Amino acid sequence: MTTVLLVEQILNGLQFGIMLFLMAAGLTLVFGVMGLINLAHGSLYMIGAFAAAAVAAATGSFVLALAGAMAAAAMVGALVEYTVIRRLYARDHLDQVLATFALILIFSEGTRWIFGSFPLFLDIPSALAGPITLPGGIEYPRYRLVLIVIGLAIAAGLALFISRTRVGIQIRAGENDREMIAALGVDISRLYTLVFALGAALAGLAGALVGAIQSVQIGMGEPILILAFVVIVIGGIGSIRGALVGSLLVGLTDTLGGIFLPEAFKLFMEPAAATTVGSSLASMAIYILMAGVLIWRPTGLFGARA
Amino acid sequence: MKIAKLALAAGLALVAGMASAEVKVGMITTLSGGGAGLGIDVRDGFMLAVKQSGRDDIKVVIEDDQRKPDIAVQLADKMIQSEKVDVLTGIIWSNLAMAVVPSVTAQGKFYLSPNAGPSALAGKGCHDNYFNVAWQNDNLHEAAGAYANSAGYKKSFLLAPNYPAGKDALTGYKRFFEGELASEVYTELGQTDYASEIAQIRASDADSVFFFLPGGMGISFLKQYADSGVGLPVVGPAFSFDQGILQAVGAAALGVVNTSQWNKDIDNPANAAFVESFQAEYGRLPSLYASQGFDTANLLISAVESADVSDADAFRAALEAANFDSVRGDFAFGPNHHPIQTIYAREVVEENGVFTNKIIGVALENHSDAYAGECKM
Amino acid sequence: MSRESIVNAALFALLIAVPLGALATDEPFIITLATRAVILALAAVGLNIALGIGGLVSLGHAAYFGIGGYAMGILAFHAQSYTPLFEGPFVIEGTKLMPIIWLVAICGGALAAFVIGLLSLRTTGVYFIMITLAFGQMFYFFTISWPAYGGEDGLSIYVRNSFPGLNTLVPIQFYAVCFVLLCAVLWFNARLARAPFGLALNAARQVPHRVEAIGLDPVRLKLVALVISGAVTGLAGALFADLNRFVSPTMFSWQMSGELMVFIILGGTGRLFGPVAGAMLFVLLEYLLGGISDYWLAFLGALLLLVVLYGRGGLVGIFAGKARNHD
Repeated sequence: MTTVLLVEQILNGLQFGIMLFLMAAGLTLVFGVMGLINLAHGSLYMIGAFAAAAVAAATGSFVLALAGAMAAAAMVGALVEYTVIRRLYARDHLDQVLATFALILIFSEGTRWIFGSFPLFLDIPSALAGPITLPGGIEYPRYRLVLIVIGLAIAAGLALFISRTRVGIQIRAGENDREMIAALGVDISRLYTLVFALGAALAGLAGALVGAIQSVQIGMGEPILILAFVVIVIGGIGSIRGALVGSLLVGLTDTLGGIFLPEAFKLFMEPAAATTVGSSLASMAIYILMAGVLIWRPTGLFGARA
Repeated sequence: MKIAKLALAAGLALVAGMASAEVKVGMITTLSGGGAGLGIDVRDGFMLAVKQSGRDDIKVVIEDDQRKPDIAVQLADKMIQSEKVDVLTGIIWSNLAMAVVPSVTAQGKFYLSPNAGPSALAGKGCHDNYFNVAWQNDNLHEAAGAYANSAGYKKSFLLAPNYPAGKDALTGYKRFFEGELASEVYTELGQTDYASEIAQIRASDADSVFFFLPGGMGISFLKQYADSGVGLPVVGPAFSFDQGILQAVGAAALGVVNTSQWNKDIDNPANAAFVESFQAEYGRLPSLYASQGFDTANLLISAVESADVSDADAFRAALEAANFDSVRGDFAFGPNHHPIQTIYAREVVEENGVFTNKIIGVALENHSDAYAGECKM
Repeated sequence: MSRESIVNAALFALLIAVPLGALATDEPFIITLATRAVILALAAVGLNIALGIGGLVSLGHAAYFGIGGYAMGILAFHAQSYTPLFEGPFVIEGTKLMPIIWLVAICGGALAAFVIGLLSLRTTGVYFIMITLAFGQMFYFFTISWPAYGGEDGLSIYVRNSFPGLNTLVPIQFYAVCFVLLCAVLWFNARLARAPFGLALNAARQVPHRVEAIGLDPVRLKLVALVISGAVTGLAGALFADLNRFVSPTMFSWQMSGELMVFIILGGTGRLFGPVAGAMLFVLLEYLLGGISDYWLAFLGALLLLVVLYGRGGLVGIFAGKARNHD
């Protein structure tokens, strides 16, 4: 394997990881602050992608599409928080899992009812189309580089937001002691709605950004939802830093595992069997990673409490 | 001539109608969830043909399998035990067909497949009550291999999901492709990001890419491939280039060659009438799946016209005769009840702002399948 | 007799009356539906042993369900193709005998639960939910990509497996087999909850440090509960595969794990007959709603949401009133 190919694959793993981070950040915030497991987070990702496709088809502008995706996901998120989710904060995890499982069914079929059963079209803007040549002669799609930059910028912005702003301080306080910040006069239910909508907007943005290079279709949120859960569990639930590290680990493991495992098995097996064993293992790699991390550290890499 | 034929058909229908009670058809197909588009097209094509036949003695019961094998099996039980159907049809996915078809045919019912054609049911597992009206799974891939030869490709990079149909696809391509293989890569089923595979294609010394990635996987791959600037010619089966999903791929698919046994520009009266009436009825262009549903219904109607379903041997003979006007032109059944048909190479073009396919040549003429010899019925 | 016992008796009567009624009116499909409900109930009863008494929210029970299914699929596949399962110093043949298949399924489920439990019981809370989900996904992806037993296509078994003295192809006879197994497991479950083990497990869920203080190991108690739970769900998996005469990786999917939980909640958490009521209601809804609308899953979702938000006791709770306080 050449160095060029290796670098390109590492970039691919990074880019995948950063998109996962956008999903995982919202999940981990919502869990950290409200103690809620939200299986319907993937539906917000799907809603973002569909909203972006609809706005792009109507206006032709990718920037407007991204704004529309974030707005739609945030609005749906706030609405769901207000009508359903806030009744679940005091419940046990089992009720939360089931109620949000029910929301997935409602959102998926509802979206299908509005947009029909066929995938929608969403393309990357022409200014970002095509490959760019990096130093060392690596050709890499421009749009994917932009995704990496956007993702890192959002991660940095989120870190600043949490550490420097007033709302950020309230969020951190809420993670530590919910009763106390309510007693201090913070409107806790408004804070919760805000955090939920913020998480939803990030998911919606991820859906729109990824939708442009993938397929905008019903059920697109579920595979990525499970990966996002793997990420936050590896990173430690509630930790933004953990979500970032977890995302990159999962992204790199998934991308590089698919390439290296079949090659590795070819060293001591015949090629056909090696491909079979290698690809089977590669498809399980991130779950093995997750189980391994949890066995080693039962509350994830940066998790403080269970 | 046409009128005479119609009158004859009507007359036969009258006779058959007096002789027998109605024919009950059970359709199990995917109408909800991510794969619903295919099932809806098969259903719409099928029902259009039933409606056009004007027969009120064909009753169709339609149920949604949610793309889950256990639900499909349950529905098959329901249709046989409770609805007492004579004929079953509708299944889209090979894994569901493998779950349902063997037990349906073992219970003496007929099964007409409008889409899936797993190799196990074409070879050793064939059954005289099972008819495939679409293709054996390998067919379109074999045609892609044959097309690659004629296009002068010498070294192909092969890509398919890591599941049985994916392996069949690569086997089919390799069966006809005479050049070398740069690499064979199996991706995860349902994978949405192909950056790493595209990087491998870029690093290889291939001169062409063959891929089988149905549904959303194909949309993702084509968009990412077009954006990567790799630019090697791509060939694949029709499943990633069908009317239903082509609009979602957009310009990224333009110029790509794919293989199919049907296209809306195949020049015969049955096809012209089908394309026109489907558009009039449903307000969209028909897809490959709609054409298969339409043909399946017409095969059934042709058999109902000449035989009584309660006489299984006569009904089977009537199905074997395949005495209907297929929208794909010539159509006949091979010894294993799978089609012998011509498979075309199509190119994706843009017509009046809509992305669609245009036939550019024949890939395989009157093609059967590789498993017919293993079938003993 | 408490109100809950009356509800339980009514459910029990329904499970006898419905198939017999269907037999009398010659509606074999109703019997098939009832069989499906009974088998899914059995799987959920298995989950309920871990979840209801032990408080272990496992989102990976599809793993044991699928293992049971594949135990049946692999044994029957080798028996129907007359190829030995294992050749070496000794030969293992496939089999089509239900009791042997059940034994293998039970052992397989128990063994998997033991290994998964040993690793995942190091975690608690959400981490436990997620690590069990991860193990379920491992099995799912493994069976899809491993070609030996059909991969995603699954395995088709042409004729249902046999039970000595019965013709299992007759719907009512197969139903009877499943029903008797469900009753046996329910009886065992009721005994277990009242036995010292069950009481200790219940305590381990509520106040683990006190259990530890009296010299019991809460993790070991939970592990035993998980093993029993996995064994029962494995048995249900083998029956489910036999009902469909087919097994495929979808039995391992995370939606399957989710559905098993849905049965428990629909029926009522912490109730002996909760999973049974839930599975019956789910199968009924699937049957009725599926015919009404293509978007029926949305209605199912709405109903489930209402039950979780407002109907805390589930179906059993509606009729039987509040649960007896165990605390």
